[in-house]
Amino acid sequence: MKHDFTDQGRGAVILPFTASPAKAAQFSTPNFRMGAGLRPAAGAGLAQAQQMLDCAGMMFGNDTKTSQAVITSAACPNPALNPAMTAPITAPPTSASRPGGPAQRITQRGTAGPLDAGNGPATDRDALSRRIVSIHLTDFAIARWLRWAAARHDAPPDDLPVVLAAEGAHGPVVTATNRAATLAGLHIGARVVDMRALCPQVRVVRADPDGDRAALDKLMLWARRWCPWTAVDGADGIVMDTTGSDHLWGGEAAMLREIEGTLGVLGFSTRLAMAPTHGAAWALARYGAVRAIATPQTLDSQTAPLPARALRLDGDTVLLLQRLGLKSIGDLAAVPRASLARRFATAALTQNPLLRLDQLQGRQPEPVNARTEPPRFAVQARLPEPVQDPTPYLAELCDALCETLAKAGHGARKVTVTVYRTDAEVSHVTAATARASRDPNHLRRLFDDRLDRIDPGFGFELITLEADTTDPLQAVQSGLDGRTEDGAALAQLVDRLSARLGPGMVRTPSARASHIPERSLTWMLALAQAPGARRKLGHISRPLRLLDTPEEIHVLYAIPEGPPVQFRWRRVSHRIAHFHGPERIAPEWWTDRASARLRDYYRIEDDTRRRLWIYRDGIYGEIYHLPPQWFMHGVFG
Amino acid sequence: MNSHPIPASDAFAGPAPDQPSLSLAAPSLAEYFADNAGDGAVTAFIFQQLHAVIASGKPVLWVQDRMSQREAGKPYPPGLPEDLKMILVTVNRPVDALWAMEEGLHSDAIGAVLGEVWGDPAALDFTATKRLAMRSEARGIPALLIRRAAHPNLSAARQRWNISSLPSRPDPDDDRAPGEPLWQADLFRARGRAPGQWVAGPGAQGATLEHHVRMDLGPDAPGQDADDASRAAG
Repeated sequence: MKHDFTDQGRGAVILPFTASPAKAAQFSTPNFRMGAGLRPAAGAGLAQAQQMLDCAGMMFGNDTKTSQAVITSAACPNPALNPAMTAPITAPPTSASRPGGPAQRITQRGTAGPLDAGNGPATDRDALSRRIVSIHLTDFAIARWLRWAAARHDAPPDDLPVVLAAEGAHGPVVTATNRAATLAGLHIGARVVDMRALCPQVRVVRADPDGDRAALDKLMLWARRWCPWTAVDGADGIVMDTTGSDHLWGGEAAMLREIEGTLGVLGFSTRLAMAPTHGAAWALARYGAVRAIATPQTLDSQTAPLPARALRLDGDTVLLLQRLGLKSIGDLAAVPRASLARRFATAALTQNPLLRLDQLQGRQPEPVNARTEPPRFAVQARLPEPVQDPTPYLAELCDALCETLAKAGHGARKVTVTVYRTDAEVSHVTAATARASRDPNHLRRLFDDRLDRIDPGFGFELITLEADTTDPLQAVQSGLDGRTEDGAALAQLVDRLSARLGPGMVRTPSARASHIPERSLTWMLALAQAPGARRKLGHISRPLRLLDTPEEIHVLYAIPEGPPVQFRWRRVSHRIAHFHGPERIAPEWWTDRASARLRDYYRIEDDTRRRLWIYRDGIYGEIYHLPPQWFMHGVFG
Repeated sequence: MNSHPIPASDAFAGPAPDQPSLSLAAPSLAEYFADNAGDGAVTAFIFQQLHAVIASGKPVLWVQDRMSQREAGKPYPPGLPEDLKMILVTVNRPVDALWAMEEGLHSDAIGAVLGEVWGDPAALDFTATKRLAMRSEARGIPALLIRRAAHPNLSAARQRWNISSLPSRPDPDDDRAPGEPLWQADLFRARGRAPGQWVAGPGAQGATLEHHVRMDLGPDAPGQDADDASRAAG
């Protein structure tokens, strides 16, 4: 692998990605960055190169400086300056240097604030402490279609008008336009026939709203490269709770630039804003200044001039507000609260300006509702350029993750490697463990030969390793000889086998209360149940092996109810030299169907000395008047 | 094998012929060939030798490929020795079976590794068996490989057996019923001892071996050197 950062050493810095909302503002200030000692001053040229290649704008020092700085940081006696001593335990910042490795950064991805155990719902304390980013993808549908067309070498020239159309009540209706179409006067919501009259050379393409939704979903997952807490926001937006994440990108403004630039490279033009509340971020992203950043202090002044539409109200309500003379959010905020409450007391959320105003101003909580809970323990490696194979980075990621887990006293039950591809896709591979583990070598070996299943596309430059499920795991010493706890080695073996062969392929028997032979035991996943010993059935002899499905055999017998004399199994006839039986096993009427027949088992020895277990299914003269069938069921020693 | 048996009385050498736990005295890779998929003799013979492993409380890692599972059946714990702990691994490819066996031999928690491979897959060559044998000897974990529908090709297994069923002893209570089972145990290739043939049966501490018949393999046979060496040592 080739790196461009030859001049700045090959040190990786493990940086905290702490989540305390109280620290968020502190993290974003340059003072903190220096004061923490985690990022020592690097050369100006280095910083510039880093800025150019990595829009995050974060610095990392050369290896010797970094390692020194890290050590001093860990021993820093001033808790006000040292995040290692002030950060919550859920996202303990660690710092280490890795001499000789490739130039990358391994960063701990913590959780955003709502998961912090000690803080409770952050909105209870300070509703404006969150930092919410709203991304408005202004022309997502058409940009997606253009990307798709470009991949098929079918992209239209820039000056050809293209519109997406969906079926409407009176024929196809335009749902999205490209730039040329907009300039030609085509607009969304008009009928295609009208637009054709206006612009005969327009190319009309069928819209794919379901595909757009799925693509936006994927893009939302991909946006977790910036912070762990993202959700889809309407049909053309993504909302992210970036509390505590912005310092990784060099501050809030730099992070917004990075997001806009990265999405722009993918072909999506965006408008985005950051604000303490979801409502304010949504409004500013769509109606505010470019890359607006609202702080709790400036929230009111920045949102006041925005139109009433920015409150996410439906058209009728906006019209009503306009008729009432309330054209902007500032107008609305100036109205006495009691009047608004009286007027809109029973209105639904999208028709209720007061509720929307409260959401915007933080009086009404509106947390970012991610579909899956962000993992509590995660680390990530940012690479300077896209690579195809995550294997070389896995060892360090595992080390960093296990260090994090060890500090919190947890062990991983399920770990996922996720790669963020350059073409806005996310691929991941998951491995489970039978018992909580924070052994880095073990976790790494779970992914042996499995990372091939990751589709790298054109490469990826961000790898994360997340512990999706964890259990508390305290260090125990069961003996004085320094060996680990009993059972850990077996669990690790089961993990490795299950990870490579599939969990269903590694099983352990478990007894069940049934006297039907094939039902008297079930095969449980070895991941879920440790192997246990089984007691024998006393004097009853049972075969060593049981065929998965009994195989039908053709049996000759002297008398219908008597013992078998000769049988034909697998196309070979055998005479029966010895037999023992029958052992009658009746169907279980409480589970079996009424047509189930009783079985007469015989233990036989045939003329090739094999000792086998056969049964007759049913007896003569039963109510069904069907002749009984014979089956081969097991093999004795 | 072009060998003809000669009486053991005048040609005995090596360890006592009736010694139990023949293949597991020094853990290594042993191969067991079975002519017939429906013959349980090889399973029973192996479990006669695993008494010590089962008593130690460590589980047995049992790796089966699909064909073996379909043709010879899945293990059925009610008929297997009491106190046996087992992890059953079902694999689709022979190479996965070998990989799983080797993984088991890496672990300290496993008492024995038992593999079943159908046929003569290309993956099961001399190198693969040598890996298993060396790993098994290094970790002191017996590795047992059951092979069906297979030819005794080149292999690094330290002992190679051919196991088949013999007519069982008469049942003292029921003359029509099969009694205690007996097996034909044919050690046709071994390192450190002479090959031989026995009539084996279940015993309290392991398989009892009787009616030893030593193979005469000729002066150039590989087993002969070990035979001479052990005689010289004795």
